[in-house]
Amino acid sequence: MSGGNGNGFDPKSAPYLDSIEVVEVQRGPEPGGLGGAYRAFGETLRGLKTTMARLIEGPMTIEYPEEKTPVYPRFRGRHKLHKFEDTGLEKCVGCSLCAAACPADCIRVVAAENIPGERVSAGERFAAVYEINLSRCIFCGYCEIACPFDAITMGHDYEMADYDRRDLIFTKEMLLAEAVERAPLKSEGE
Amino acid sequence: MLPLAETGFAEATWIMVVKSIVIFAVIFGVLPILTVVERKLIGRFQHRYGPNRVGPYGLLQPLADVGKLVSKETFRPENATRTLFILGPLLPVLAGVLSLAIIPWGNVQDGVGLYGIDVPIGILYFFAVGSIAFYGLLLGGWSSGSKYSLLGAMRSAAQLISYEVSMGLALLGVVMMSGSLSLVDTVEAQGEMWFIVPQIVGFLIFMLAGFAETNRTPFDMPEADAELVQGFMTEYGGMRFGSFLLVEYMEILVVSGIAAAMFLGGWMGPGPGFLDPIWMLAKMIGLVLVFIWVRATLPRLRYDQLMTLGWKILLPLATLNVLVTAILVVTFS
Repeated sequence: MSGGNGNGFDPKSAPYLDSIEVVEVQRGPEPGGLGGAYRAFGETLRGLKTTMARLIEGPMTIEYPEEKTPVYPRFRGRHKLHKFEDTGLEKCVGCSLCAAACPADCIRVVAAENIPGERVSAGERFAAVYEINLSRCIFCGYCEIACPFDAITMGHDYEMADYDRRDLIFTKEMLLAEAVERAPLKSEGE
Repeated sequence: MLPLAETGFAEATWIMVVKSIVIFAVIFGVLPILTVVERKLIGRFQHRYGPNRVGPYGLLQPLADVGKLVSKETFRPENATRTLFILGPLLPVLAGVLSLAIIPWGNVQDGVGLYGIDVPIGILYFFAVGSIAFYGLLLGGWSSGSKYSLLGAMRSAAQLISYEVSMGLALLGVVMMSGSLSLVDTVEAQGEMWFIVPQIVGFLIFMLAGFAETNRTPFDMPEADAELVQGFMTEYGGMRFGSFLLVEYMEILVVSGIAAAMFLGGWMGPGPGFLDPIWMLAKMIGLVLVFIWVRATLPRLRYDQLMTLGWKILLPLATLNVLVTAILVVTFS
């Protein structure tokens, strides 16, 4: 293409623009005359064909409450606290690193010393209080990364709506409990 | 007593009453199904399901809609003109029901004409009654005392004059070929060939004008939910709004009925005589599906584009069609 692009700017006169390719703009037919008739009828028929093809393809929606989008294995949903499978002791030692890492400041940990005989965790101390305020949590997963014992991980549950904000403060018992796997996991290659 | 209209076939009064009730019941049974079919079909056209929560396959959706509309307050703005505001939704309902009368469902069978009434001025009656329906829109919009309603009503007025002439001229070709204004005679005249074949131009013009007549996309400028918040219906709520919607669907049925009778051979179809009304209904529904298909496809035209289409394209085309038909009819008869 030679010469300017309508506003008096000639790309050849600007050496710094050497590498830029000038692309010719494709414009629709002018209104009126044959172009107008084509636009009025040809394009209308094309549109009708397009919508009919969509009808034949059928719906592509996922009917949410009955049907759920599968989540990826690394999906960050509601947190889970873990126990050792063999001893049944809690992995969390109450170090508060997760609370320190949390950008939304939604984790509260109060640690206590383990008493021999009634050990709660594998370490010296354990979390007497472990609360996550899920109405503030931004599900960034920093707590999971910060935890030195893999005691807290992000689960796959994303259905946490509730009627009361107070019900969104999850206590240690709730986080330790076996989470309901409501969301299906994506299968290989999906 | 002077008869209201010359009728092609006279029958007992009680038969007329039964006929009207049956036609009324059938149409008002089809209308709610039509609303849900439209919503579901438009959903399918857009890769989704449409309403499927109320009842099996969402078929009870119209009941829920009507229940909601009926239970709403019938609100009237303070600066609306009371009588005209109330009259607004009533006139189109009246006109819609009136125009149902002339749709032919079949010829005379066992002494009963399968139509509301066979008026010899059939098509003229359709146009006269259809124009009364527009008074409802205009009065409703202008009496609402709201700028959106006023704009919507103005657009209705402008739209009315730009398509109505071409619509009449489009049907004139058929009238000349059948030699009668009566819809029953017109259907009878299509025994050999449906008029859609020789009058394809007339059919297309009639359908285009029909979209405008029923305020459907691409000519739904009086409503224009995006820019005019439903235009003349802005200030209406509850069942008054509902009756405007009802009329819209009734008009679609009527226009489809007229098109089916004038161009698609009306009740003609294979099978015994009692299937005639079924054939007519099937053709009507088929045309209604075209209305829905077009609604799912085309965006709303601009105000001046409708005027251009009506005056500069449809009117000359329709006139040319009438002229050519007239010459051919005179030559071959």
